[in-house]
Amino acid sequence: MNLNRRQMLILLPAAAIAWKAVLAGTPEEATNYTMSDHWWGMLIDIPKCIGCGNCVRACQTENDVPDGYFRTWVERYHVSDWEMKNPQDIMTNPLTDPQVISPDGGKEGFPVDTDTSGKYFFVPKMCNACADSPCTQVCPVGATFVAPDGVVLVDQKYCLGCAYCVQACPYGCRYIHPAKRVADKCTLCYHRITKGLTTACCEACPTGARQLVDLKNPKDPIHAFLKTHTVQVLKPQMATGAKVLYNGLDGSVR
Amino acid sequence: MSVFKDAGHLFRFAGLFVLAFLIFLVVRHFVVPKSFGQYGHYRAAAMGEIAAHPAKFAGHETCEGCHSDVADKKSKGKHAHVNCEACHGALFQRLPVTDQPKPNLYERFVALFIPPPPPDPPLLRHAEDPTSVKPVLPDTTVLCARCHTASAAKPKGFPQVVPADHSSGMPCDTCHQPHSPGMDAAAAPDATVKAAGGAK
Repeated sequence: MNLNRRQMLILLPAAAIAWKAVLAGTPEEATNYTMSDHWWGMLIDIPKCIGCGNCVRACQTENDVPDGYFRTWVERYHVSDWEMKNPQDIMTNPLTDPQVISPDGGKEGFPVDTDTSGKYFFVPKMCNACADSPCTQVCPVGATFVAPDGVVLVDQKYCLGCAYCVQACPYGCRYIHPAKRVADKCTLCYHRITKGLTTACCEACPTGARQLVDLKNPKDPIHAFLKTHTVQVLKPQMATGAKVLYNGLDGSVR
Repeated sequence: MSVFKDAGHLFRFAGLFVLAFLIFLVVRHFVVPKSFGQYGHYRAAAMGEIAAHPAKFAGHETCEGCHSDVADKKSKGKHAHVNCEACHGALFQRLPVTDQPKPNLYERFVALFIPPPPPDPPLLRHAEDPTSVKPVLPDTTVLCARCHTASAAKPKGFPQVVPADHSSGMPCDTCHQPHSPGMDAAAAPDATVKAAGGAK
């Protein structure tokens, strides 16, 4: 085959474009699910939480979370009367109050409180689905990332188990899976929400204290909720862009 | 051509560079996964793999497909917003592992140092095969107490009791029907069962 210079100049870029298309491939994605149409988060309504631990148990069942490790857990706070009257003390001695307990992640409920003074409340915790997540920024191999739909995921085939991300998460939401030896965390039930189901914790919550929200969906009830309620995220000073919104969050929650 | 007269060693060296670069390109082609970098500095195919996990909680819509009678009764009572699997749990059985995907070269190499975790067994759900995956009736003494045991941390309007004082150890379903737990006959159609037990 004889090619002159002109033909060669046309053919080479064409071949390069064709080769790129061959290399690109397509990821196996769930059908009828467009990532760019969603921006997932969670609404946690503190005044509705009764601390039953249903979400913790459901999450363990759904995601095969090993005993003693948690993708979500429930904490019980106790702010004493004395502390409410002396708010300056929390500045000078932050270890005294509030008292926080989470026996076995709240999986089997909480012990009956003996001291009835002060105020008690439950705070369910989980991956905060940060838009600017510190945990994804420290990964040396690109094994954890914020997906285009706003969920922070771990590529467990790629993860080395170095645990940098476990230290980087300001909310303590990650752990190293004892059998797989890779980082594991809440995926916001990615295998469920991509199929149109809600998360296991939301499905199991008896009071509706947890609600999966899709901030990009204009029909999602979250938009009406946000018009009439003020919500807060955990550790806003860290500028993580957390998408787990807490309604009725007490100032003492850390 | 006098410029290139004594430059043969430079061309050989340049040739080595070109060769090394080509080898790098070839190795890189095989080592970097195809979908890496498609959306960012990660493997885009991982999202598909995570999304392919089997779901265990079927969702209340699935339950209501068959158990419409219970759904009707529940929708009129105080537990209307409590989903089926909140109490009954996710009903599934694990099946024995049959066919395993063949490990690739990299996975076999890693397995030399780190033993691979046990594979995820396939599932059979109650919704798929209602006869072989049988639900166990929850024990109401434990189940109801999880939510309704009195605690200062619970919302004030939430119905809560001290189980020992309230029923002295009797199962809750002696008086209350879990699907529609009110004590008045209008809220609970199964008034006959209640009348049989000692209402407190």
